[in-house]
Amino acid sequence: MATGTAWEPMTNDTAPEVAAEEFSAVVTKHRPHIFRFLLASTRDPDLAETLTQDCFLKAHRNWAGFRGESSAMTWLMRIAINLQKDHWRNRRMQFWRQTQTNAVDMDEASDWLPSGESSIEQQLLAKERVGQVWIAVKGLSERQRTVFLLRYVEEAELSEIALATGLSEGTVKAHLSRALARVRKELGGKR
Amino acid sequence: MNFDDKFAGNTDGMKARTGGNAMKQALESELEPELEKALAEFRLSVHAWSDAAYYRPRLVVATVRRRSWRVAAGWALGCALIAGSLSGGLYEHRHHQEMARIAAVRAAEQQKLEAEQRAREEEEELAKVDSEVSREVPRAMEPLVQLMNEDESK
Repeated sequence: MATGTAWEPMTNDTAPEVAAEEFSAVVTKHRPHIFRFLLASTRDPDLAETLTQDCFLKAHRNWAGFRGESSAMTWLMRIAINLQKDHWRNRRMQFWRQTQTNAVDMDEASDWLPSGESSIEQQLLAKERVGQVWIAVKGLSERQRTVFLLRYVEEAELSEIALATGLSEGTVKAHLSRALARVRKELGGKR
Repeated sequence: MNFDDKFAGNTDGMKARTGGNAMKQALESELEPELEKALAEFRLSVHAWSDAAYYRPRLVVATVRRRSWRVAAGWALGCALIAGSLSGGLYEHRHHQEMARIAAVRAAEQQKLEAEQRAREEEEELAKVDSEVSREVPRAMEPLVQLMNEDESK
């Protein structure tokens, strides 16, 4: 795709075209993942869509400054996490909680099941388990939820989660452990 | 590192790796099968939901148009009502002012006519009194004048 390495300074005549091509490839590849993470975090498809747009707009503006110290996905995820934090912070300041009603409720969220379940009974059990995980996720702190979703929905490594959230690996592990304890308790409590 | 190296592993980097590090293994070894199953179902459920939401047909333009049309209609109606009530009020105010001005002019004319009438009547009254006094008083005094003339001659 690109002629030179990613780190080399680009010459003036080719830089804009190459950068645009690279960025376009990044958008195509990572947009669904960023959207998925934001959807799981907010449970609001419209808000997730808006934040995803904002994320890539911000990434585009700062694309020239991206030097590849982390993977593009980690970099984008970091932007998405910060945008999400800003969104909740602004909303708290404005006391504007009406958009919360746009969030899909947990029953509806747990309706989405993999089609592999063979019987209706298994599907119902799976739905119940997914609903319990959603309840546990709702009860997590913002940071625990982010770490949990990155690990168990996006299947990120602890080191990547640490880079994306700006936390140490130890802190990530601690958050994850607490989140798992909560999920375990929810699953155990309902049995 | 070239572009492909830079981006090739990005998605994979966020996916589960068979190797993993010690922390991850330690963490996952604690997961009992049921919890693991629930987490796997949760992940698949979120993926399914996300795919459906990501590729859903967007009706943003239609929605925005309908909303903007409604908003525009609402604004137009609101503006028309405000303009109507303002112009109605203004017309009423002007009408009142005009009526008051006409009434004042009529009252002034009426007063003027009455004053002229009163002055004319007074003048006629005075003229009548004058004419009556100047005609009758000298005739009534004639015998006294004759008496005075007779006394003087004596």
